[in-house]
Amino acid sequence: MDFSFAQFLHELWIARVPLLQGVGITIASAALAIVAGTVLGVFVGLALTYGAAPLRLAVRGYTDFIRGTPVLVLVLASYYILGTAGIQLGPLQAGVLALAVFCSSHVGEIVRGALQAIHKGQIEAAKAIGLTFSQTFVSVLMPQAIRQILPTWVNTAAEMVKASTLLSIIGVGDLLLASQEVISRTFMNMPFYLFAGFLYFAINFGIERFGRFVERKTHIPS
Amino acid sequence: MDYALNFAAVWRSFDKLLQGLGLSLLLAVGAIAIGVAIGLVLGFALVSRHTAARQLARCYVTVIRNTPILVLVLFVYFALPDLGLQLEGVESFVLTLAVYSGAYLAEVFRAGLLSVPQGVREAGQAIGLTRWQINASIVGPLMLRNVLPSLGSTIISLFKDTSLAAVIAVPELTFEARKINIESFRVVETWIVASLLYVGTCTVLAALLRRVERRLAVPR
Repeated sequence: MDFSFAQFLHELWIARVPLLQGVGITIASAALAIVAGTVLGVFVGLALTYGAAPLRLAVRGYTDFIRGTPVLVLVLASYYILGTAGIQLGPLQAGVLALAVFCSSHVGEIVRGALQAIHKGQIEAAKAIGLTFSQTFVSVLMPQAIRQILPTWVNTAAEMVKASTLLSIIGVGDLLLASQEVISRTFMNMPFYLFAGFLYFAINFGIERFGRFVERKTHIPS
Repeated sequence: MDYALNFAAVWRSFDKLLQGLGLSLLLAVGAIAIGVAIGLVLGFALVSRHTAARQLARCYVTVIRNTPILVLVLFVYFALPDLGLQLEGVESFVLTLAVYSGAYLAEVFRAGLLSVPQGVREAGQAIGLTRWQINASIVGPLMLRNVLPSLGSTIISLFKDTSLAAVIAVPELTFEARKINIESFRVVETWIVASLLYVGTCTVLAALLRRVERRLAVPR
């Protein structure tokens, strides 16, 4: 099939509102999942590092299970299972929940890695000067861990934007589904998939650049 | 919540799930085999002395890594036929995952190449090997042994990405699970079994890769 560029621009202009809404939903769902997943993930990381043995084991089971399951399966399971369990969630909520759970296991691992990289002697030193654990955490461990966590965490954010495309499969009107709707009306596969791909690339490239910037800023000078 | 677990419907179709898992593994093996070839070429290009090669490879890696794999899958399956490249579901997905994995593996190999000490190259030059010979018989093997841990986690993550083939109706594990779910309405059971199959396979893969890693590790 042949399309002129002018035709593409014409269809793009007609579809501008749903496509922009799609971009909005993509960004909003990824952002929600990142925020919720990060909060949950910090607790996961803390439990993995400092939790009592039973808690640590349970959380380890949780992260291994989530990390061993494809995100698409998480999204589908969350969408279908919650409905059956009588929890009435729309596709957007169910999808964001799945992404947040996925995000939490990744953030948990990043946090654990960063906390374990801090030398034990520092905790002992904090104990020796009489700090409680929460004081030690806030003023000794956290500032060091954050420097390590931030660059990787920004990469996770880009992962979440990419994973948010999976929500289109359960009917969330994100950028991908909005593009597919335009395609099913116009049969212009090539231009609109390219366009959607380009928008995703632009968003993620921006995040990647930001990650580089953060990495430079948080780099511990040696 | 009065949902009684009943796995009967899932067990009845369990062979379908296993067949699906088999296809998932096949897709992963096919794609990763091609992906490793792409990744090796790009990995060497990323550390090349030639600016053009470096920039081309960097361009490929950046574009692929910043594009969602689902968009790539749909693009290859639905948009490439417009250019005359019509592929069946399986071929189309293997091609997509190979192109995708090439970008991630290139980064893995690049890191490995940078970790090979300059001295062994110089030693190769000193005994009169050509650059190809040095790369093929000194730098390459050393690099492979160094990257085994990150190569392993990339392979496992690529195996999980095969679930996306369900979107273009390739009958792999996720597709079969979805079918059972829709036919039997045993929602919870279906997805529990499907995820356990994925988790189990990933665990076995990880254990196998760790064994390979130990066997090939550089002795210290």
